Amino acid sequence: MKMSIRPLALFKKDWQSEIRTRYAINALAMFILVTISVILFSIGDEKITEYLSGGLLWVVIFFSAMSGLSRAFVSEEERGTTLTLQLSAPPSSIFTGKLLFNLLLVFLMNFVITFLFIALFDSFIVKNYSLFFFAIVLGNIGISVSSTIIAAIISKAGSKGTLYPVLSFPILLPLILTLLELTKFAIDGDTIAGSFVELAVLVCYDVIMLAASYMLFDFVWKD
Amino acid sequence: MTDFNIELANISKNFGRRQIFRNLDFTLKTGQIYGIAGHNGAGKSTLVKIIAGVSTPNKGKLNWVKNGIALESEKYCDYLGYAAPYLILYDEFTAIENLHFLSGLRGNSPDNEYILRLLDEFKLGDRKDELLKGYSSGMKQRMKIISALADHPAVLIADEPVSNLDAEGKSSVYKALLENSNERITIIASNEQSDLDLCSEIISVENYKV
Repeated sequence: MKMSIRPLALFKKDWQSEIRTRYAINALAMFILVTISVILFSIGDEKITEYLSGGLLWVVIFFSAMSGLSRAFVSEEERGTTLTLQLSAPPSSIFTGKLLFNLLLVFLMNFVITFLFIALFDSFIVKNYSLFFFAIVLGNIGISVSSTIIAAIISKAGSKGTLYPVLSFPILLPLILTLLELTKFAIDGDTIAGSFVELAVLVCYDVIMLAASYMLFDFVWKD
Repeated sequence: MTDFNIELANISKNFGRRQIFRNLDFTLKTGQIYGIAGHNGAGKSTLVKIIAGVSTPNKGKLNWVKNGIALESEKYCDYLGYAAPYLILYDEFTAIENLHFLSGLRGNSPDNEYILRLLDEFKLGDRKDELLKGYSSGMKQRMKIISALADHPAVLIADEPVSNLDAEGKSSVYKALLENSNERITIIASNEQSDLDLCSEIISVENYKV
């Protein structure tokens, strides 16, 4: 019972805090708007391929995640509330609470980005939406888990801003490459059965990252 | 009544080459109020953080024992109330929201009746719905004591419990620390004589220096 109350209490606190301060939501919204605007301006009247627009989608998603998701732990460290959390709940509950919050942010963020891409990029035409849906859902879980554990690691470091994308890039690279491939398949209209290997890679990535994060978090979190 | 002991066996701590204390060896028992004394920088806060399980000693072993069974360190927070000037609450939340959040984080449903009584006793009852960012440092310190007591902890650690408090605030804290102290382990880390006067046993960190 306690194991479920604790992460939910932390998730609720983070959400209420975000609604009041709007730090991560504003950072993400501004980043999404600016990046998509810059891409649209630079493309102009040029015709880009479906594959390139699919690639640009994941570029925007990766850098948007980098701009807002580190707040999960950095904000606690900056406010000095880390010790309050350490004294009140076991590390696994803290990680679960922060992960739930990042999951919500990533799903909201990627919903907005995908919607804007479908609305604004004529060349972004997905022929198999169910495959694209699975890719987005599994990708969101992978991005959330990776960004949460990396946020915990960099919150203890001095140069948080630069360290976050530097550490995230090699960890998220296999995920992004697989997602690029699946997006290409979805644009081509390939079946889910035909993309089984890539989907299995995503599932494995998510499970491995989740297990490794819970094991690592104990060491990251404690003094 | 739960039989609760905290056993420290040969605990040593150093930061780099600087040794803070070594071979601390004692047992804390339910019903007692322990004082941890020592001058500024002697290692009182370090010691209480080790006892709370959030700082790891370089040597030695810490055990929280409940009814004869040693607890896993992950379980310590279930029984702990901790108040200290360096412990920060959430400025963007009200007093009540902070207390409800911390109860939830400890895995408990908030005991609203007790929380309201504590807020009244600490003269914060009429400002319970204000954001903490509008509170003075003394009011925040009282909030920290309330948050430590709110879940009826079996182990209460109060590090410098009366810092930033006026005479009225100090007497409220002393009253709260003494109330129900026979049902828990109370640890007060301080160099104020009036704080240490509450204690049944004093542990001086100075005695464990090299």
